[in-house]
Amino acid sequence: MIFLNYFISGISLGSIYAIIALGYTMVYGIAKMLNFAHGDVIMVGAYVCFYAVARYNFNPFLGVLLAMIVCTFLGIIVERLAYKPLRQAPSLAVLITAIGVSYFLQNSALLLWSSNPKVFPSIIGRGAFKLFDGELSVSHITALTIIACLVIMVVLTLFISKTRLGKAMRACSEDKGAAQLMGINVNATISLTFAIGSGLAAIAGALLCSAYPTLMPTTGALPGIKAFTAAVFGGIGSIPGAFLGGLMLGVIEIFAKAYISSQLSDAVVFAVLIIVLLVKPAGLLGRLTQEKV
Amino acid sequence: MAVLEVENINVYYGSIHAIKGISFEVNEGEIVTLIGANGAGKSTTLNTVSGLLHPSTGSVSFLGQSLAKVQPHKIVERGLAQVPEGRRVFAQMTVQENLEMGAYTQDNKNIHEDLEKVYSLFPRLKERMHQTAGTLSGGEQQMLAMGRALMSRPKLLMLDEPSMGLAPILVEQIFDIIADLHKTGATILLVEQNAQMALSIANRGYVMETGKIVTTGTGQELLASPAVRKAYLGG
Repeated sequence: MIFLNYFISGISLGSIYAIIALGYTMVYGIAKMLNFAHGDVIMVGAYVCFYAVARYNFNPFLGVLLAMIVCTFLGIIVERLAYKPLRQAPSLAVLITAIGVSYFLQNSALLLWSSNPKVFPSIIGRGAFKLFDGELSVSHITALTIIACLVIMVVLTLFISKTRLGKAMRACSEDKGAAQLMGINVNATISLTFAIGSGLAAIAGALLCSAYPTLMPTTGALPGIKAFTAAVFGGIGSIPGAFLGGLMLGVIEIFAKAYISSQLSDAVVFAVLIIVLLVKPAGLLGRLTQEKV
Repeated sequence: MAVLEVENINVYYGSIHAIKGISFEVNEGEIVTLIGANGAGKSTTLNTVSGLLHPSTGSVSFLGQSLAKVQPHKIVERGLAQVPEGRRVFAQMTVQENLEMGAYTQDNKNIHEDLEKVYSLFPRLKERMHQTAGTLSGGEQQMLAMGRALMSRPKLLMLDEPSMGLAPILVEQIFDIIADLHKTGATILLVEQNAQMALSIANRGYVMETGKIVTTGTGQELLASPAVRKAYLGG
């Protein structure tokens, strides 16, 4: 039963990683860049939600909605100001810029909200479902996180595979030049990708801080790196890969904490990543691109 | 009426002067071909018309309106479709999805009618509509690339090296289809290295060499011209 408890915690943590990993993987798939500022968008989302709920007594779900709106615009603005001028630049320049944006967001947060940790109020309270005579306890936030992840997965998959805009995103991710020749506005599509990824990051921020309630300007950094790892693990550029990678990473991390050592858990996570990449260099569900000539 | 008018354009890749002051036009209902060796600037010319590259001087006008400062995706909306060199189908999307992408600028209510048209023109595509485009043969991919361009109901269809890398029998098939499209009234600008095939179906042709147009004439004139025969048709 304890095993099951750990497993559910792992799935819940993994769900948060998966939601964050989606932002990495979608942006990578379309703009072919690693947006290392993505983790800090989570932090901004969490702060917006925190102030809306704790200071201005918003309904928690309205708070999350507000955070999503702010982060969506933040994502679009960052892309427009920092990354769009570098569309033709070497990828190293874009990577360094992304790291710069990450520090910019962290330091802006430090100025605006100070370094004092805030205690984030859970968006759904601290209650728990007791199952099997209290042997299995699933907190409300754990359940909500898993449900949110499932809903996002289904909605996003339908969007990408069925809608006109979703298909245009896939076309851009395969070949931007050809997509342009179809009449697809590639710049708008890239903006849309950043908007979706950042909106999801806001949800992840609220869920993350509800489960681990310490909110600081650096709160997004480590989950951001872990989620990036999850995206690579599942195959960067692949949406199902981000989900699988996120969930597996969460479960491995919690099991490593429970059964090996809580200090070594990150080392175990990264060791598993290295082994996966040795066996499958493109990640679990990734594709090595091959061009037909 | 001239559908496309290109006037004295110069195009640079950095410091390389790729297109040196060329002018040509395509009139309604015509097949016009640009022929020339590898590196003559044919694809550069098409990409400039499509707005993917920008001329430093000179003008491109389509249906009487200048295309300067019009973004590439807006040019498609105006009715100019390009089948790019190397086909560039979306390999991980199905045949049907590729065609839907071709209709991206179109009203959704016409899409079924247009899909039927393309499928009747290329029955092979209908058989494979649910397969991903990457699994198609080279000839089928060329058909898909052409069908995809037709889905945008183009007023001018530009084809960049449709015969590239195809077996001779497929090349003939593709050219038969181009000739059929022409009979139904399509206006076509065809870029080819296969000068023999291109000139045999074209109304008019322009011969390009190192960024310039060196000769022009009707398809038949160019086929008969000693200079063209010597340079492109093996004597």
